[in-house]
Amino acid sequence: MSNLWGDSLSGFWSAWIIIITLGTIALSVWILLANRRTDKTPDADGNVETTGHAADGIEEYDNPLPKWWFQLFVLTVVFALGYLVLYPGLGNYAGILGWSQEGQWEEEVAQAEERFTPIFAQYQEVPIPELAEDPEAMQVAERVYQNNCAVCHGSNAQGGYGFPNLTDDDWLYGGEPENILTTLNQGRNGNMPAWQQLGQENIENLTQYVLSLSEEEHDAERAASGESTFGAVCAACHGPSGTGNTALGAPNLTDNTWLYLAPGQEVGDSIRQTLRNGRNGHMPAQAAYIGEERVHLVAAYVYSLRLAD
Amino acid sequence: MKHEIVEKNVGLLAVLILVVISFGGLAEVVPLFFQKQTTEPVEGLEPLSALELEGRDIYRREGCVGCHSQMVRPFRAETERYGHYNVAGEQVYEHNFLWGSKRTGPDLARVGGRYSDDWHRAHLYNPRDVVPESVMPAYPWLFENTLDGDATPQKMRTLRQLGVPYTDEDIANATDDVRGTQEITALVAYLQQLGTVLEGTR
Repeated sequence: MSNLWGDSLSGFWSAWIIIITLGTIALSVWILLANRRTDKTPDADGNVETTGHAADGIEEYDNPLPKWWFQLFVLTVVFALGYLVLYPGLGNYAGILGWSQEGQWEEEVAQAEERFTPIFAQYQEVPIPELAEDPEAMQVAERVYQNNCAVCHGSNAQGGYGFPNLTDDDWLYGGEPENILTTLNQGRNGNMPAWQQLGQENIENLTQYVLSLSEEEHDAERAASGESTFGAVCAACHGPSGTGNTALGAPNLTDNTWLYLAPGQEVGDSIRQTLRNGRNGHMPAQAAYIGEERVHLVAAYVYSLRLAD
Repeated sequence: MKHEIVEKNVGLLAVLILVVISFGGLAEVVPLFFQKQTTEPVEGLEPLSALELEGRDIYRREGCVGCHSQMVRPFRAETERYGHYNVAGEQVYEHNFLWGSKRTGPDLARVGGRYSDDWHRAHLYNPRDVVPESVMPAYPWLFENTLDGDATPQKMRTLRQLGVPYTDEDIANATDDVRGTQEITALVAYLQQLGTVLEGTR
């Protein structure tokens, strides 16, 4: 990453910048001084000859700039020269302060790291179940959660359509500390295939069977015919009894918790939609964004949410 | 030189004004056209695919740039939130730049991969569904409109003239690549690649 700011300018372009910059300043100074004096000097009575411009009888004097104004101009020139000596501005000349935008950023980052690294390092030493009981750590963790996770999982962590609720005890990939850590560090890719090819009839039967697993209202006859299809097609991931498999992220179908249930939607509709089109939930890996120390803290926060009840 | 000569010859006055105001640009802008840093792509930079390119045009059409910048500046407060600051080499295929200058919403320069496709779709359909306090407008028509791709090859040819290395094959397939696709899919494809080329951007 060191060379992102590019190589230094070639000699030609460096000289180009220096000449134009200093030339412009010199030109400004020349204009300022050239107009300092006026050739219309007052006569013995103090009357001043005008420039000769006249409009509607109004004539124009040709007096020099007021002193304070002239001095302000001089001041800007002095400031410009001082700035160019101290800071980078003249081609490849780095300025005697050695300041650079990148350097300032690196300094800011280093300062922040010095201040915050020990705090997060200290939290990382603590096992997650224990850390989840530490109210101070959880305050810090909540801030990290709100900044990075709430966008999908909601500020109350109750999720939404397609975004898992983190406050219940239903876990797609397992709710043990190490499961939560893996989810956060590496992300997850849900992959429920589409089963359109099974045909309308089978999809309807399966839907009724899945409804029956949660003891939702269902058509018993269709559910019965769906059972064998379930065993052949769905059981591989969701288990023969439909209780799911956290190793695959296959949800438990017997607990009446539905990830893809839009407000006001009937459960059967949602199941039908899932079977027809499949679902591909995606949890982006967070380690690259917030670092493993903060991941540890957020994992503890997520773990702590179940303790709240 | 007397005032009078300059003041009474408008043509001369115009020329002199042009000379004076060109100095800043000559010193600050012109050298950039000859720097590797600004003209060479960073490693791995590819031109946008046909779909992403159409997504970019939807981004422009809907005026996203009015509220979202794509410019992470080298300040810790920004790099902490958005990722590594922008680098010129990431943007050499951008015509025009969509850096923006206003952040009513967050910077998007490195939003690629940050959220899932599903999230982007839900969010663009109605931002309040996923971010209750959001003031962003909803874009439900992106789900109804589909692309015909008629103009896609011409867009690519124009960009190629500006130095974006599209191949003849890219251009030949462009229409087929996007025809019939929902606009939302194109826009999400564009968003998901933003700022993902540079390695180690956090």
